[in-house]
Amino acid sequence: MSWVTKTLNSTLGRKLLMALTGLFLILFLVVHLAGNLQLLIPDNGESFNIYAETMANNPFIRVVSIGNFAFILIHIIYAAVLSRQNKIARPVNYATLKASTNSSWSSRNMGILGTVILIFLIIHLRGFWYEFKFGEMPTAEYGGMIYKDGFKIVSEAYSNILYVVIYVVSMGFLAFHLSHGFASAFQTLGLNHAKYSPLIQKIGTGFSILIPALFALIPIVMYIQSL
Amino acid sequence: MKLTLKVWRQKNNADKGGFVSYPIGGISKDMSFLEMMDVLNEQLTEKGEDPVHFDHDCREGICGMCSLHINGKPHGPQQTTTCQLHMRSFSDGETITIEPWRAKAFPVVKDLVVDRSAFDRIIQAGGYVSVNTGGVPDANEIPIPKKIADEAFDAATCIGCGACVAACKNASAMLFTSAKVSQLAMLPQGQVERKDRAEKMIAQMDAEGFGACTNTGACAAECPKGISLTNIARMNREYFTAAFTTENV
Repeated sequence: MSWVTKTLNSTLGRKLLMALTGLFLILFLVVHLAGNLQLLIPDNGESFNIYAETMANNPFIRVVSIGNFAFILIHIIYAAVLSRQNKIARPVNYATLKASTNSSWSSRNMGILGTVILIFLIIHLRGFWYEFKFGEMPTAEYGGMIYKDGFKIVSEAYSNILYVVIYVVSMGFLAFHLSHGFASAFQTLGLNHAKYSPLIQKIGTGFSILIPALFALIPIVMYIQSL
Repeated sequence: MKLTLKVWRQKNNADKGGFVSYPIGGISKDMSFLEMMDVLNEQLTEKGEDPVHFDHDCREGICGMCSLHINGKPHGPQQTTTCQLHMRSFSDGETITIEPWRAKAFPVVKDLVVDRSAFDRIIQAGGYVSVNTGGVPDANEIPIPKKIADEAFDAATCIGCGACVAACKNASAMLFTSAKVSQLAMLPQGQVERKDRAEKMIAQMDAEGFGACTNTGACAAECPKGISLTNIARMNREYFTAAFTTENV
């Protein structure tokens, strides 16, 4: 084994990959949200569609998006590997356990939270990403240019209360996942400091509430608009 | 006090084991938990039954020998060692569930006794410093800032009881290993083996079959010596620095 595989196969190396990919996905959420919020601009989707087209054609963004998929996969695979390792480490469970007295629920259930987010991700990718990429898309014309009308697909989906509920509930799970994951990633990287750690904790809490809330706001507003 | 003790009994490592309930009376609130266990064992011995095996030594909270998972928490409801836990922490008529530490790396020897020699092997892998033979060095020959000495000492107060492993949902030994890496990494005497130490101790920790860290903080919350999570972050830094900078290809 080379030193690289040896390091990345150690428990700490696996955690390092979880933390780094997790932090990248946190950044991705911000960029994704910035795009999504344009759905709320009352111009019948013009800004959103032009933005989506620009992003889809930008070579830098295309490379990053491939990386993004790779990081999601690494995050999932290593979560599974670590969960299995952790399960093997305790073959016999305790008959009584008062885990709530020493740790937060979300910190103990990152795997469950992550699995729900993964299920959401599959529904989400099938419904939007796949349609944008490979589906028969409606088109819209702005200033003589033809654009894929993603806005139409999204607003149709968000007029379905079932989809809106799935979306909003999933954002709740994302919030709990982030409430632990954000600060935890810094701790894993070894970035623990008397001056900065309390700040990281606070930013993590704020981030875990604000970002999922803004994501959830979009389908709610668009559902109300569709009524 | 009258109590019902639900105690894990297991003949040996190969035995499946199970809980046995023992009613017990005449317990004073001022007894330590281990004294209460002594009373139980006297009763069992008088009845000609096999006493409950459990680890203990100094009974002063400094040796790290006592263990016991009591009512769902390592060392019971107080953040202390089991020997320093008193029966006033329980109420009359209560049922107390007593289990051994649960971890693959801590196999049950008998009843509540587990083999914690995995910790010894982690220490052997790198938890030491090289010292020259010869005359005794003068005290305070190497100046160490008070703050650093205090921090290193805080890490060194780890008694290796294994409550961190017992509390962790992943049976991870990160808090223990990080305390043992930290206490030497911070001091000038620990610099020679610094990088090797981090790599070797973590390799041994993995080889013993401990789980990974999820940063739940359960270990630090249950640690009778208050070892903090900053040690785990420091160990991670030590390990990543070593992994990416040593010439151990």
